Amino acid sequence: MTATVERGGAEIGKARLRKEDAHLITGRSRYTDNMVLPGMLHLAMVRSPYAHAKITAIDVSAAKASPGVFAVLTGADVADEQGSLPNAWPVTPDQKAPNHPAIAVEEVAFSGEIVAVVIARSVAAARDAVELVDVDYEELAVVMDLEEALTDNVLAHTTLASNKSATWVFDSAEAGTGSSIADALLNSDVVVERTLYQQRLIPAFMEPRSTVVDPTGEQITMWSATQIPHILRLMLALTLGIPESKVRVIAPDVGGGFGGKLQVTPEEVITVLAARRMGKPCKFTETRSESLQVGHHGRAQVQRLKISATKEGIVTGLDVNLLADMGAYLGLITSGIPVLGAFMYNSIYKFPAYRFECNNIFTNKPWTDAYRGAGRPEATFAIERMMDELATELNMDPLELREKNWIKHSEFPFTTVAGLEYDTGNYEAATAKAVEMFDYQGLRAEQKRRRDAKETVQLGIGVSTFTEMCGLAPSRVLGSLNYAAGGWEHAQVRVLPTGNVEVVTGSSAHGQGHETAWSQLVADRLGVPFENVEVLHGDTQVSQRGLDTYGSRSLTVGGMAVLAAADKVIEKAKVIAAHLMEANEDDLEFASGAFTVKGTEHSTSFGEIAFAVFSAHNMPEGVEPNLDSEATFDPVNFSYPHGTHLAAMEVDTETGAVSVLKYVCVDDIGVVVNPMLVEGQVHGGLAQGIAQALYEEAVYDDAGTLVSGSFVDYLVPSAPDLPHYITARTTTPATSNQLGAKGVGEAGTIASTPAIVNGVLDAIRHLGVKDVKMPCTPSRVWHALQEAKTVEGVQ
Amino acid sequence: MASSKTITVDVDGVTYTDDVEPRLLLVQYLRERLGKTGTLIGCDTTNCGACTVHLDGVSVKSCTMFAVQADGHQVTTIEGMAQNGKLAPLQEAFHQCHALQCGFCTPGMIMQSASLLKENPHPTETEIRDGLEGNLCRCTGYQNIVAAVKSVADGVQYNDSGISANVDLVEDQRAGVS
Ligand code: FES
Ligand code: FES
Repeated sequence: MTATVERGGAEIGKARLRKEDAHLITGRSRYTDNMVLPGMLHLAMVRSPYAHAKITAIDVSAAKASPGVFAVLTGADVADEQGSLPNAWPVTPDQKAPNHPAIAVEEVAFSGEIVAVVIARSVAAARDAVELVDVDYEELAVVMDLEEALTDNVLAHTTLASNKSATWVFDSAEAGTGSSIADALLNSDVVVERTLYQQRLIPAFMEPRSTVVDPTGEQITMWSATQIPHILRLMLALTLGIPESKVRVIAPDVGGGFGGKLQVTPEEVITVLAARRMGKPCKFTETRSESLQVGHHGRAQVQRLKISATKEGIVTGLDVNLLADMGAYLGLITSGIPVLGAFMYNSIYKFPAYRFECNNIFTNKPWTDAYRGAGRPEATFAIERMMDELATELNMDPLELREKNWIKHSEFPFTTVAGLEYDTGNYEAATAKAVEMFDYQGLRAEQKRRRDAKETVQLGIGVSTFTEMCGLAPSRVLGSLNYAAGGWEHAQVRVLPTGNVEVVTGSSAHGQGHETAWSQLVADRLGVPFENVEVLHGDTQVSQRGLDTYGSRSLTVGGMAVLAAADKVIEKAKVIAAHLMEANEDDLEFASGAFTVKGTEHSTSFGEIAFAVFSAHNMPEGVEPNLDSEATFDPVNFSYPHGTHLAAMEVDTETGAVSVLKYVCVDDIGVVVNPMLVEGQVHGGLAQGIAQALYEEAVYDDAGTLVSGSFVDYLVPSAPDLPHYITARTTTPATSNQLGAKGVGEAGTIASTPAIVNGVLDAIRHLGVKDVKMPCTPSRVWHALQEAKTVEGVQ
Repeated sequence: MASSKTITVDVDGVTYTDDVEPRLLLVQYLRERLGKTGTLIGCDTTNCGACTVHLDGVSVKSCTMFAVQADGHQVTTIEGMAQNGKLAPLQEAFHQCHALQCGFCTPGMIMQSASLLKENPHPTETEIRDGLEGNLCRCTGYQNIVAAVKSVADGVQYNDSGISANVDLVEDQRAGVS
């Protein structure tokens, strides 16, 4: 698709300071937990201490009698009303899933699962009473390990016959997108085989989840710290059997999400149930420990990989066999995460044969779901680690190997072995820029020097190239993958009587800066001042249609809807302007917020047209007196941002300590609306990707208890733990949308994890270390070094 | 019910006298009793710093103190930072340097940064990073926060007209931190 684009406006590309900041820097924020309603009651959850148990009895009498307690509800009390929490992505027709009640009724399947809720006049009263609820459990065996779960020796749910939820397969030979992987593995010069681990991660948004439900009045109104007010409203309606029109969901200020607030939580459902029972507003805010324990987690996969190549380093095929940990239940899109990843294992490379198989497995842990990048970081990690392993095997520079295999700039558009059509890309340009900024040759020389001198602190260079699919998603593609919803986005543009403009977007932000970016888009298109544009979002009563914010879709899908709506406003205004000016429509030009009769000074401004429409004294025949329009945009293709990240890693071979000496990334995200916002997204993404490589992991003991259950043990990095990032961009505009934008939210996370781990291994591979599992903590690195020494000693 | 105690605290320039339960945390007192919801709660283990306020001019995590311990003291919250409608230099710098995204860590970051600069008016990047160790941010990756603090330390003046000129300045500032 080649649309002619007017990118002449002054706003696109400008580093506008954020409209969102004013109230956030002065402490006038509206996070859900700040909300107080008259007569509001507070909830606290009674949670299972066991990862797997039968509930044999619950005695709530002491809790009920506790001061300030209004009610205590168990699963049995709400059995008829609570339905089953939704899974919107049945990846295969025969996918297995347990019933998923918000409050467990008979069996709990992970530690922290809710067994009762206390409703009281204060948080303190509710929490005190939680201690008084007496639950009898009959402990059951737990299954925590994926390989073990596969044997079905212990079942995560006694109600299921197997721990396997689904098996999803893509085979390039069968799909007609490539050749047979079996042949490739048999007939190639080299086959490298590895098993890699994606540890369980916790999204760890800084604002704990919070929900307030007001059941008074005609509608149920919910404020929630959610990324998905629209989807949440629909799912609540379906889960609880309430007409959609009777539910309004508001996402006020939301303190981060990263996929972690892309869910219908049991706590949200329970707060609705409680508020309905009590006929009063109810609030639930989780503690951080609860957030870590029971909020959904990300990643958690075992990747068994084989890559084949010629001895010259031309890759011939990739075989991926994945065990994906679902946890105990299927959340909203749990089962779809590994499937999304399936399309990205070939990354920027062109090889002929590809097979992907994932087995979705239940264990006695909280369910997994989207976390920054959702499936694509896992895929990129796998292929980038395998490219390094292959380079080692062939004794080749890792960049040279990549260059031999990537899709050349001249080869776009390119249909990949996974069946995607990449519209544009220029891997040569991004890599060349990164190599130069990094001083690749200089650092290689320094690496050699330190190796030769056998220095204690060794240097490693981590390479990672990547692409991802953004702009989720063409609805027909989601349909072909069995996802329940479409991938469109909706927007309205409304011109007020003063000529100021209101933009309503279905894509609800939680820190990304939509208000600023959308103001720029509309100011650019309509020629009105940036300050005169107001952006409204995050309230299903205000933005009636939407599919919310995830998957770097905001600008590439939501922004396109805004532009399309603005264009419709211009079309309509033109008719009115022609009428007012007694001119022919064809003689009018629109620029800088005014219509001018070509070749004359005769013009009428947006403001004048707006007021004429408002007064409606003199409208053209048959034209409605409003200057509002709406548009729904369904993308025709994904967009494919890409980039090259290079990390210089120092590893202390005596202590195992790892640090980032230099980090350079060059991202190509197409046309940029606000470079300042882009830079912020990249920085935040890098921090989360580096955190997976070096710091974070959800750790469980054998009984299924989360050991890293607070910020004391779950190491979200702070300022001194992270490096100064050196960032730059190349620009290859996307052709799949009018603006040429590609999406940036996940880029940093996707590319940085393999760059860092490749760098760590590059520093110590010559000492015999073959792999270090993530996170590469000093103790893991030290042990790997010790083991390598032992092995060498034996030889 | 535990017995309550009467406390008198100056918060953002206003004196409050209240009966509080001994177990009430300072952050709860500020948020729930005084409606000062600018101070936020991000954890229950004193790790995140979202709740940072000043007690007699020095930063403290208000989730780590009981309200009764503030009796007779002066507390400043994020809501007391702007004076006469004018943002404090750090507030302006956070805005100019794009040092916030979701904004949840921001009040705590600003309060901690103010305390840091009071102790060490000209910190290096490493000193700023170390000084912010007790404050977690999940959105920004810290670089722009460090830049914001540095810009105040370096005396960068932000004027509130002429935004485009400022942006160049800030881009230099952001690029310049190393
Ligand atoms: S809420 Fe006080 S440190 Fe986290
Ligand atoms: S801006 Fe979101 S946590 Fe810092």
